[in-house]
Amino acid sequence: MQQRIGVFVCHCGTNIAATVDVSAVAAALGREPGVVFARDYQYMCSQAGQDMIKDAIKEYKLTGIVVCSCSPRMHEATFRKTAAAAGINPYMVEIANIREQCSWIHKDKDEGTEKAIILGRAAIAKVCLNVPLTAGEIPVTKRALVIGGGIAGIQTALDIADAGFEVDIVEKKPTIGGKMAQLDKTFPTLDCAACILTPKMVDAGQNEKIHIYSYSEVVSVGGFVGNFTVQIKKKARYVDETKCTGCGLCTEKCPVKNVPNEFNLGMDTRHAVYIPFAQAVPKVATIDPNYCLMLKNGKCGLCSKLCGAGAINYKQEDEIIENKYGAIVAATGYNPISMDKFDEFAYSQSKDVITSLEFERLMNAAGPTGGVLLRPSDNEHPKTIVFVQCVGSRCSADAGKGKEYCSKICCMYTAKHAMLTREKYPDTDVYVFYIDVRTPGKNFDEFYRRAAEQYGVHYIKGMVGKVSPEGKKLKVRGSDLIADKQLHIDADLVVLAAAIEPDKTARPLATMLTASMDTNDFFTEAHPKLRPVESPTAGVFLSGCCQGPKDIPETVAQAGAAASKVIGLLCHDKLTANPCVAHSDEWMCNGCSSCENVCPYHAITYVEKEFRMPDRTTKIRRVASVNPAVCQGCGACTVACPSGAMDLFGFSGKQISAEVDAICR
Amino acid sequence: MQKISRFDIINRLKDLLADGNVDRVLGWKKGEFRYDVTPHVFTSAQELEADFVWGDFCGANFSKYLIKETAKSDKKVAVLLKPCDTYSFNQLLTEHRFDREKVYAVGVACDGMADIFKIKKITGDGISDIKENGEDLDVYTIYDEKPVKIKKTDVLSERCLSCKSKKHAAYDELLGGDGDVLDSNRFDEVAKIEAMTEEERYAFWQGELSRCIRCNACRDVCPACTCEKCVFDNPNSGMENKSPANEFEEKLFHIIRAFHVAGRCTDCGECSRVCPQRIPLHLLNRKFIKDINAFYGEYQAGEVVGSRAPLVDFDKEDVEPKNAVGKEDK
Repeated sequence: MQQRIGVFVCHCGTNIAATVDVSAVAAALGREPGVVFARDYQYMCSQAGQDMIKDAIKEYKLTGIVVCSCSPRMHEATFRKTAAAAGINPYMVEIANIREQCSWIHKDKDEGTEKAIILGRAAIAKVCLNVPLTAGEIPVTKRALVIGGGIAGIQTALDIADAGFEVDIVEKKPTIGGKMAQLDKTFPTLDCAACILTPKMVDAGQNEKIHIYSYSEVVSVGGFVGNFTVQIKKKARYVDETKCTGCGLCTEKCPVKNVPNEFNLGMDTRHAVYIPFAQAVPKVATIDPNYCLMLKNGKCGLCSKLCGAGAINYKQEDEIIENKYGAIVAATGYNPISMDKFDEFAYSQSKDVITSLEFERLMNAAGPTGGVLLRPSDNEHPKTIVFVQCVGSRCSADAGKGKEYCSKICCMYTAKHAMLTREKYPDTDVYVFYIDVRTPGKNFDEFYRRAAEQYGVHYIKGMVGKVSPEGKKLKVRGSDLIADKQLHIDADLVVLAAAIEPDKTARPLATMLTASMDTNDFFTEAHPKLRPVESPTAGVFLSGCCQGPKDIPETVAQAGAAASKVIGLLCHDKLTANPCVAHSDEWMCNGCSSCENVCPYHAITYVEKEFRMPDRTTKIRRVASVNPAVCQGCGACTVACPSGAMDLFGFSGKQISAEVDAICR
Repeated sequence: MQKISRFDIINRLKDLLADGNVDRVLGWKKGEFRYDVTPHVFTSAQELEADFVWGDFCGANFSKYLIKETAKSDKKVAVLLKPCDTYSFNQLLTEHRFDREKVYAVGVACDGMADIFKIKKITGDGISDIKENGEDLDVYTIYDEKPVKIKKTDVLSERCLSCKSKKHAAYDELLGGDGDVLDSNRFDEVAKIEAMTEEERYAFWQGELSRCIRCNACRDVCPACTCEKCVFDNPNSGMENKSPANEFEEKLFHIIRAFHVAGRCTDCGECSRVCPQRIPLHLLNRKFIKDINAFYGEYQAGEVVGSRAPLVDFDKEDVEPKNAVGKEDK
């Protein structure tokens, strides 16, 4: 059928009209073959603009329309609805992006106009080959998965469960709680981290809708929004979770006592069978296979003899569990960076150079010193403490060493550390070296000023150049940029505010989720401002520091936001599928499996099918078959296919060639 | 002189037919001239005795024939494969193009094949017979009663001069033993072309490809070209029987074909062997292989059944395009 195309050129106020002669564009495109109507208008997306489109469709019996306007990400859906309302198939709409890809990047009006005409011509060439498409529906599995059991994951899970949906938390450590469980006090109100976190951990542990897979990892993710299939590896903890009562007898009697305690960052030791901390959820013991004598040498078995519940099982093996989910939330959190590359601060040379997280443990009542601030080297009270900020943060000049970004939380926790030290030990001199003090948060600046002004913390603008251990002292050499002089301080303890980075598990997880990441391995948002908790991959949401450095209030707020997005998805029974999916021409397909191998969604399978051949014989051939409900229309198969059998509805090879031809004409 | 004799091969093939393991054999059949050897499906011992040949002109790679041959019957077919042919054999298996169960692969040791064009350059076109005589070939012509003595090493075909492997990548049994993967110099010619200036390179390919008569022999023989419907034969593609718009368009056929087989080409060299115009087509494919090796690490298509070619595989260590430029020169 001969196409009758309508072209609608939007001014977008002056956004487009200032650099593109929109009436000239409409006039030029009106002369293109197939175009029977072309008009420009101030705001095509307005009600009046849409009405103009609807009227033209009816009056001129249009079969397809081209809207020359902003990016299809902004208003493609709007104009598809407009077209549908006027009675033509919504997929007979093409958008020529003459704003982001044209008017915004050109200064010269002649150039802008010429390019807008070319982009419009390409869209016309494409729409002439469009075919009506019908979107199907896909069911939604009403269950969510939260990956990571820190405060971000816990809060997200609690909020999703509150709305009545089942939610699973996968946590790689033996307990949920994450970094927040290791913190002492929280800025700017100084309430105890454990006191506000543990009730939430207990809530999560007891909530009927929440299932916690602790000591577990996600090993594979298949499927797509509403229908993810996830394999979770429950690592063998050699303790039957259903039997263990968490009495802790085994953890006291175990003869192996010299295992570095990761919860206290190796500053004290634990037993080979352990519960990370008193409020752990689940409160279940875990046997460390690297140290357990029974698992290593087959000798001992003491814990098994002692356990009244009979929960110890040395033969336990890793278990793979496969579940279906409608939505997945990444909440993989952060870690302080390694101090290996920062030897100028003597971290590896002296036990008395510690990171801020280690300082948290030293101040914590449940920490290695019972909350008494003692130097790790000799257990004496430090009298002079130097805090160094931005260790590895804002390292733009030396990006290979640290991180370019600001870790955001260090200014505040360092003020907190300095303040608490001065409060508990008023005879201690506290110095803080900083580049800038950044306190943009509610009650943050007041907090910092209290540390500096009321608590007498010496804030010094400048960086520490070198820390050298000499006897019992740490010689700190730094510069005071305001006084313009070099400082030499004999410190007893140096605390490094190490930059934070995404957890190492985030990158492989992003690959499994086909979610995108930035160069720092933080997950990227679907839109930095307007969709901050959604990944560009449909059905994948972001919570907490895996998206960028955050403090606790921000993390909790984002966790709630991610949960609300998940709830918004799960409350649908069905989702509208994208009809722009791949399809295979079975007569062209030679069964090579290239497409199957490259498909990131496992949407392609091969079937043996009977074909009636031209010479009247029957032949069984191996051909590709696309599951349109699983296909996301990425097009990877269409370029991998050596024989050109794979094509994409809405973006066929012919359509793209036609666009290129129109541009090159 | 090939290591294994025609006599030994025929005896073994006759046994295979007699045992009923296979009911036919894909082998080389004698043609009108000694050097004019044709692929053929032999079905009886008598036929083998009469027409089967093995010698310095048995260049044809039978892997591709297996696609159609295995579809014809449920019985097994025996196929003779030189080491280089086995890579194509494996690559086709990787692409699920034939049923391995229906094939009995007989690997034959190969000492390199002679290039009749090189011989004719020495003797002229009027060759009446060629006899193997140790390391030499006695070429009888219509010009003289005495044969022209030619050292076989002087007339070895290009692909055999830079043979990549005397080791069979796949076989059910071997005749004449197995060799080793060779440290070949096959990328030297590519490096020479890379070293040309843009103008020189254009002129080089212009000179070579302008001889193309579009007979499609390269495509038809290529074991990687096994599409059900070739884009150049497909009326829906818009390219079938299209007359070239300019003198460059004819060259695009070969460039498109090289892209098409990139990552799947095993460098068997059949394209250049069959080209009646003597265009060194294998160099285009080799350039791709060289670049793929440089960008993604050594990869030999057809070395292992089921291997994922770097171009259709993803690895986080994959080179970024911005870093790839210039890397091919190293």
